[in-house]
Amino acid sequence: MSSGHIVSVKLYLAIFGALLVMTLATAGAAFIDLGGNLNTALAMVIAACKALLVILFFMHVRYSSRLTWVFVGAGFFWLMILLSLTLADVLSRRWLPTLLL
Amino acid sequence: MSDSSIVHAHQFDDAEQQHEASWLGMWVFLATEVMFFGGMFLGYTIYRSTYPAAFADASNHLDIWLGTINTAVLIGSSFTMALAVRSAQLGARKPLVLFLILTLVLGALFLGIKFTEYYAKIEENLVPGSNFSFAGPLGRAAEIFFSFYFAMTGMHALHMIIGLALLTAMIVKAGRGRFSSVYNTPVELVGLYWHFVYIVWIFLFPLLYLVGRHLQ
Repeated sequence: MSSGHIVSVKLYLAIFGALLVMTLATAGAAFIDLGGNLNTALAMVIAACKALLVILFFMHVRYSSRLTWVFVGAGFFWLMILLSLTLADVLSRRWLPTLLL
Repeated sequence: MSDSSIVHAHQFDDAEQQHEASWLGMWVFLATEVMFFGGMFLGYTIYRSTYPAAFADASNHLDIWLGTINTAVLIGSSFTMALAVRSAQLGARKPLVLFLILTLVLGALFLGIKFTEYYAKIEENLVPGSNFSFAGPLGRAAEIFFSFYFAMTGMHALHMIIGLALLTAMIVKAGRGRFSSVYNTPVELVGLYWHFVYIVWIFLFPLLYLVGRHLQ
């Protein structure tokens, strides 16, 4: 059943170009010392933008039903719970004075 | 848009509802895949925060050029997959087969480059285990980095291989004219899977290949 929205080749080409540019940007930026964890932070922001473009346009979520949005969102929401709750514990353990460990 | 000419299983009101159910089912599966890979990303993050210097040093032993080229190859395959789904929606059989074959070729090229990299790592004794050797005091922690490298890229490669098998099945079916502008759900779902596997690589590439470059 083709209820699907048909995306123009032009838009697909634009997404394709944007993904290539962002890949070069992330590889190039990796060689510049931004200090601290900023290199990783920038790489992750670029990766998230790339993933968002793929999900919204290549995977047609932009044109999908509200229910699809809920399913997609639930997947990533659970991932955030997994990452944030675990890291909140693991990373904050090092803040304790060594005497307590 | 209900079309009475399309056969649908008796539990669905119409083909539209059947299509929506297939779509949602695929997303449920992909959500479990997010969890699956998410666990490995979590483990990576914890060990990298514990041994940041060793992870940066070990990461610099990966080939950034092959990694970047492979990223571009996967972007290309995702693009051709999107065009394959578009062709299926339009009911264009020849372009559908062509774009599916292009996607298959690019996917195989990715795996070829990946296995070349694996071979180099075997030669350099960077595979975790009794033959592992890494100069300097960070060797043991570097071994942890390479354990994550092989586990994560290995699981990703396995997903690519499954993707190639699915693409082959789609090419055969499309060649026999099983899909039309009103029925092409399998092509769409294989497309979703293929794009998801690319998304995993979007995060693997910077976390494995790029973390130590600014310290070189």
